[in-house]
Amino acid sequence: MKEFKVTPIRNGTVIDHIECGMALKVLRIIGVGGTNVQSPVSVLMHVPSSKNVFKDVVKVEDRELDPKEVDKIALISPRATINIIRDFNVAEKFTVALPDVVKGIAHCSNPSCITNLKEPVEAEFLVESKNPPVLRCIYCDRILEDAAEHLI
Amino acid sequence: MSFKGMDIVSIRDLSREQIDQVLDLAERMIPYAKGELFTKAMDGRILANLFFEPSTRTRMSFESAMLRLGGKTLEMSHPSMMSIAKGETLADTIRMVETYSDVIVLRHPHEGSARLAAKFSTKPVINAGDGAGQHPTQTLLDLFTIRRQFGRIDGIKVALVGDLKYGRTVHSLAEALTLFGAEVTFVAPPPLQMPRETVRQVEKMGGKPKLTSKLEEVIKEADVLYVTRIQKERFPDPAEYQKVAGCYRIDNTLLREAKGDLIVMHPLPRVDEIAPEVDGTRHAKYFEQAFNGVPVRMALLQLVLGGDQL
Repeated sequence: MKEFKVTPIRNGTVIDHIECGMALKVLRIIGVGGTNVQSPVSVLMHVPSSKNVFKDVVKVEDRELDPKEVDKIALISPRATINIIRDFNVAEKFTVALPDVVKGIAHCSNPSCITNLKEPVEAEFLVESKNPPVLRCIYCDRILEDAAEHLI
Repeated sequence: MSFKGMDIVSIRDLSREQIDQVLDLAERMIPYAKGELFTKAMDGRILANLFFEPSTRTRMSFESAMLRLGGKTLEMSHPSMMSIAKGETLADTIRMVETYSDVIVLRHPHEGSARLAAKFSTKPVINAGDGAGQHPTQTLLDLFTIRRQFGRIDGIKVALVGDLKYGRTVHSLAEALTLFGAEVTFVAPPPLQMPRETVRQVEKMGGKPKLTSKLEEVIKEADVLYVTRIQKERFPDPAEYQKVAGCYRIDNTLLREAKGDLIVMHPLPRVDEIAPEVDGTRHAKYFEQAFNGVPVRMALLQLVLGGDQL
């Protein structure tokens, strides 16, 4: 049987150490299926990791992430690492980290929050804890629940 | 410590010193609030009362506070008569109203609306209740009532009774009481007990809240019974409301067990939770509490608008 391997990429981003089972959410964050991603994307799920027992990995070719995408990944997978690949080399590597305040990455989980109405504001959260992520809506003061389901 | 231009959105926006400053000034406002003295401290100033939800005490006491200070008020007609009914955003309404007034008092059914209004207004915004969120001026007048009665808040045993889940006043009150060193007990049927988040916050602030569903367990020790209405309008399911409606009733039989100087407070309106026979007893403080809304709101208006000295 022919062995199938995920080969190194020339240019793009490798998102490593994704919380097991979260790879599909990461695909949604980076917009696979939309117009944002035109090159191949490889997904590895439930692969052994030295750090976390099991992890997911996503490789996106010819694409680097914008800060909002990185914040969203930090929200659902706070130990993930971002490796930016340029000409087969790791040009940059860092662990995702939420800033002290995040804006425009998630809807407030409180359906009665004013930011869920047609008002000209983006939901904004105070990051009370980075790992595990605990975010408090600066408008309604509620803790964001089930962050993965409320990502924008 | 200057309050001038400050928004009052949440009680958490105020430090203990700032709260003391408001309560001290409120004390000095009492003769003006009663009409025994007169002032023109707010002469030429306009308060806009924007109430998107029904209110009697809060709206009228803000109006009374501004009039007693010599200022004027703008009242919004029923929301259905305004541009909101045509789909105008709150942000646009606020940007318009701020050009007509010097301070905006807002009550709105959605949580976070006052914070949003504060963001869009260059004039001070005072939150008069945002859905199930914050109601900081109620908290201030509650603290004021306790302090006036006992001369302090520190060490006072306060039992919060009734709907602690949906009642917006009790969450911020529990935190503010803890900030001042009061001992709080939460008395509610399990489905209406204080949200875990508020309990955790009280504990984080050094409080040791007790939780129970039995009023008889606390009646002998309490200095304050803070009773709340089970709010039918906050229940998504009417059957759930019926299960818990009328589960606590304060009457003279119950109060026979209480300390002589226990006070009964209620943010009003009450329905059945306090029997009318209690009204004539020394324990009943809820109408005085409602009056206290006027001097406290006068103090706040004076501070955020930086009015002339009294």
